[in-house]
Amino acid sequence: MRTVRFLLYKEFKQIFRNRSIVALIMVMPVMQLLILPWTANYEVKNINVAVVDQDYSTYSQHLQSKISGSNYFNLVSSSNSYDAAYEQIESGAADLILEIPPHFKKDLNKNRFQKLFIAVNAINGTKANLGAAYLQQLIKDYDQDLQIELNTTNRPQAPKKAEITFSNWYNSDLNYKVFMVPGILAILVTMVGGFLSALNIVKEKEVGTIEQINVTPIKKHHFILGKLIPFWILGNVVFTLGLLISWLVYGIVPMGNIFLLYLFIAIYLLAVLGFGLLISTYSETQQQAMFIMFFFMMAFILMGGLFTPIESMPKWAQMLTKLNLVSYLIDVVRMVILKGSGFLDVLPKLLTISFFAVGLNTWAILNYKKTS
Amino acid sequence: MDEIVIQTEGLTKIFGDFTAVDAITFEVRKGEIFGFLGANGAGKTTAMRMLCGLSIPTSGKATIAGFDIYKETESIKKNIGYMSQKFSLYEDLTVLENIRFFGGIYGLSNAEITNKSEALIQQLGLTTVADTLVVDLPLGWKQKLSFSIAIMHQPKIVFLDEPTGGVDPLTRRQFWELIYEAAHQGITVFVTTHYMDEAEYCDRLSIMVDGKIKSLDTPHDLKKQYEADSMDEVFYKIARMAQRT
Amino acid sequence: MKRLLVFIKKEFTHVLRDKKTLLILFGMPIMQILIFGFVLSNEVKNTNLVIIDNAQDQATKQIIAKIEASEYFEIREESFDAKDMEASFKQGKSKAALIFPLDFEKELNKNHTATIQIIADASDPNYATTIENYLTAIVQDYISSTNGRNPYTIVPEVRMLYNPQLKGAPNFVPGVMALILMLVCVLMTAVSIVREKETGTMEVLLVSPFKPMMVIVSKVIPYFILSLLNIVSILLLSVYVLDVPIKGNVFLLFAESALFITTCLSLGIFISIRTQSQQVAMLISLMGMLLPTILFSGFMFPIENMPKILQIVSNIIPAKWYYIIVKDIMIKGLGFSAVCKETFILVGITVFLLFISVKNFKIRLA
Repeated sequence: MRTVRFLLYKEFKQIFRNRSIVALIMVMPVMQLLILPWTANYEVKNINVAVVDQDYSTYSQHLQSKISGSNYFNLVSSSNSYDAAYEQIESGAADLILEIPPHFKKDLNKNRFQKLFIAVNAINGTKANLGAAYLQQLIKDYDQDLQIELNTTNRPQAPKKAEITFSNWYNSDLNYKVFMVPGILAILVTMVGGFLSALNIVKEKEVGTIEQINVTPIKKHHFILGKLIPFWILGNVVFTLGLLISWLVYGIVPMGNIFLLYLFIAIYLLAVLGFGLLISTYSETQQQAMFIMFFFMMAFILMGGLFTPIESMPKWAQMLTKLNLVSYLIDVVRMVILKGSGFLDVLPKLLTISFFAVGLNTWAILNYKKTS
Repeated sequence: MDEIVIQTEGLTKIFGDFTAVDAITFEVRKGEIFGFLGANGAGKTTAMRMLCGLSIPTSGKATIAGFDIYKETESIKKNIGYMSQKFSLYEDLTVLENIRFFGGIYGLSNAEITNKSEALIQQLGLTTVADTLVVDLPLGWKQKLSFSIAIMHQPKIVFLDEPTGGVDPLTRRQFWELIYEAAHQGITVFVTTHYMDEAEYCDRLSIMVDGKIKSLDTPHDLKKQYEADSMDEVFYKIARMAQRT
Repeated sequence: MKRLLVFIKKEFTHVLRDKKTLLILFGMPIMQILIFGFVLSNEVKNTNLVIIDNAQDQATKQIIAKIEASEYFEIREESFDAKDMEASFKQGKSKAALIFPLDFEKELNKNHTATIQIIADASDPNYATTIENYLTAIVQDYISSTNGRNPYTIVPEVRMLYNPQLKGAPNFVPGVMALILMLVCVLMTAVSIVREKETGTMEVLLVSPFKPMMVIVSKVIPYFILSLLNIVSILLLSVYVLDVPIKGNVFLLFAESALFITTCLSLGIFISIRTQSQQVAMLISLMGMLLPTILFSGFMFPIENMPKILQIVSNIIPAKWYYIIVKDIMIKGLGFSAVCKETFILVGITVFLLFISVKNFKIRLA
């Protein structure tokens, strides 16, 4: 163990001597945490609507004012030319066209049936779908309004209805940032730990110092341990920094036990660092290590449930995420911080991640060869 | 003087279809300064890396300080020092930090480390730069530091791979004084070099051509054998036999 | 000219020799296309639901049957205990609970109004809202089926332009293109130039009778070509695997891509001139460039939802403009006149980056 102490001393000296790296390790996550949650917002609102009104009646006016009064829509133009509206779609000024055909009011009163045309820019499928759904809902409401206006006397009785009350637990304001901040924090800890560890051993290979280490009687697991611990500490520092920002800037206080959070992070970091070191032992240059790491990070993050729910993935992909380290952390951090999940709730994930930690580090030690 | 510290028999290293080291057999005795010569690409570095346990031989036998080169590499590593061709101390650590680090890795006690590092810095005249980052030292100083660190744990053998490459004649001279000093303490020195004046300083020399050892003797006997006035001439005569470039 | 070719050849050998990096370089776009194309979605499907049915009458049974029949939900447990529900939320086993009061049907028939409670795990607010919307729709559907028909009917007819099947691909393929180009050009160039600085080989090149800027140019040319190859592979995947055809002019698309690649290379050069170690160059390109590209190009998150300040910031992200250009040409099938403005902005950014790079480079040499 005395050897490890010397290794640690050396690693820390090297890390802290490289001011720009230390600054990056500290400043980057802070910046990311301050900016990213504001950008990651799926909420579909501000849908720009171009109305093509060929009827120009009280009915069509009423519909238009309903649109401009809604929270979801901005009425960007109203004309009687479909081509003009289509141009607005092409230029990106409008997302959606609502076309009210000629004689809309007259025909509706006569036939009791009328069509409206909606054209949506559907390049972004999700947004298009929701936009169209909102507009259809709005038209339905409008339809109801008409019924009531015209028909109140005919009705023997008000229609039955179910009143639904919603309770949104854990995030009653439906604030997307509350959801994103813990997830982003998880990603940042992973990135800092993963990349630094992946680059570290390979840097010694590239510079040639690994030769000097390899001719010493140093034990392989001591060497790996010496590499692991500094980044483990750094990872914890970044995580703590992130928790502070979540609290000070976003007012997010962990609902669950903070020690549980740290326990999980502690083991998780071992797993991620082991993975980084493993990549390091497989690479010859820093560029290579970085790229391999980046490849995995990309897959891990995209499939980790940060942006899109894991439940929405196809079954085979859900099976794959069982191998995705990052998905465990994102999940647990959200569970403990937002829902206040307890030790028993996260225990299965804790066990899995411990298994990864042991496996990956053993693999890294075995794959670090002092000889060629 | 007769204790044998390096013994190889048919030691071979093959990379793909390229035989870098081709069945070399030789012995080195304790306290000797053993020169390991050869043109670039003759296989010196590969051979040396095998002896240090950095590279596993394809075939052949060897013992270093009595330990088997296949099975006991870690025991070998306790008994050797190594200074590679490429400078390989930590450039982002200071002189003192490098000394302390390697002392620690070799398992020296704290008192030993403190004594050694003081003595070392004194001996090398590095007092003023003890807290300077190694990257800022001139090459000659770096080499001397590398060497001193390589023998800090009193190894039985020290391997030096072109230790004086790119260094001025005066510093080379000082460097060889360090080598003599080490040999005097009973450390066997195994050194490769391209400088023939340095070859003259060695007790015995081997000259490698195309992965094989072509000649092995004292400088004096080599010159006699090849009817040459200087080691330079001996080297040319032997190196010219090379088939591969 | 001949000397330039020699240098370019040397750089190519470097790039091609590193098989692992090369594999990743070409594997990355394929992986991303596959993940975006076949894995990621926001769809709510088979969501686990807890049902607490205190009424157990005809009406609630029919509603539950309807929920069960929908593809959106799977009923995980029917329970009477709110504690079970909470535990289920905390373990992440179910996402919402639907609670019927005692006498649901009675109330409905007597007062024409009955209340239902939906409790959602809203830690993911989007998901929660979507679930709530779907559940509401199912319940309302049932209720209105018990009412008579409406005398007036307005039927909206919806047409989805450009992407009638509402696939995700038309949205993300341009995004992946921007991302990959950023990655290859910025990250690879920056790191590979800094690497030569770190190992000292840069000095050797700089003292050669070759103009220093030419050294840099020859370093980036292999990446330029690799990037074009990546564009080809992404487009092939897009057309043949994802069924997203190129509606506009292919040559225009490649010309614009070449422009964007140049922008990215300039950015890579700029970073490499200002940094001294590979690790710093990497962290800057990675954290400082790639994440903003993902976020501010608008392909993951709508820019119009962001705070005003960030919307303004997004304008300096080259990928945002390239993303718009690719979408316009490839998906909407528009011509050059439509992407004129974006093209000029990219040219402007490129010229600016090259200008400050050259300036910085000279300062370094002086």
